[in-house]
Amino acid sequence: MALAIASREVDGVTVLELSGRITLGEGSVQLRDAIRDLISKGQRNILLDLGEVSYIDSSGLGEMVSAYTTAKNQGAKLKLLKLTKKVHDLLQLTKLYTVFDIYDDEAAAVASFK
Amino acid sequence: MESVSEVEQAADQLATEAGLDEDQRFHIGMAVREAAINAVLHGNEYDPARQIEVAMENTGKDLVIVIADQGHGFNPDNVPDPLAAENLLRGTGRGIFLIRSLMDEVHFRQLHPGTELTLIKHLAPAGKAT
Repeated sequence: MALAIASREVDGVTVLELSGRITLGEGSVQLRDAIRDLISKGQRNILLDLGEVSYIDSSGLGEMVSAYTTAKNQGAKLKLLKLTKKVHDLLQLTKLYTVFDIYDDEAAAVASFK
Repeated sequence: MESVSEVEQAADQLATEAGLDEDQRFHIGMAVREAAINAVLHGNEYDPARQIEVAMENTGKDLVIVIADQGHGFNPDNVPDPLAAENLLRGTGRGIFLIRSLMDEVHFRQLHPGTELTLIKHLAPAGKAT
């Protein structure tokens, strides 16, 4: 399944609900475009809900890192919410768990931007 | 990229038929996908005139997957460590690391032209969990 992205606002935070795969040729470009679009519109608080992401490959991991650095360079914050076990394990394996702010609870994640 | 998905699916089928659990199937599928992407993208440089060759076998002791491209070849020892602090925020360079991390053995062989990767996952003896 390709990547689907739904967006909603919660207390000044844009929550991007991702579902499907973030892989080369399937979802990584969509994710890049969505993040750049938000930042260009001045959104500074972005929360990626990965609860329905079934698969991320190295390209998808790279895209998430690029999104993080792009956001940071523009004065925005990008955080992660609800990792599946597979994604959690991948972030630990690649040490990216130390890069991202990661939350299980949406309310706590939203509050962390304040 | 269709060929990459086909190779990934074939590896998953091989792992399923070998009775491996979901985590092991995921590891094999991801490693094989990364190897196939490297072969198509970096090896063959998306050149439709070049092909990748894939062979898969369950030897009873191991699952063995061999993926070869027709590119210029590369030295895996020259790939920067993606876990190093200076590389952690790079957008690329995690494929070989993932392949090595997710499989039990990985062997590189230079062809003329091309690179051949052999990925091996050991199977547990009957009655024993991995």
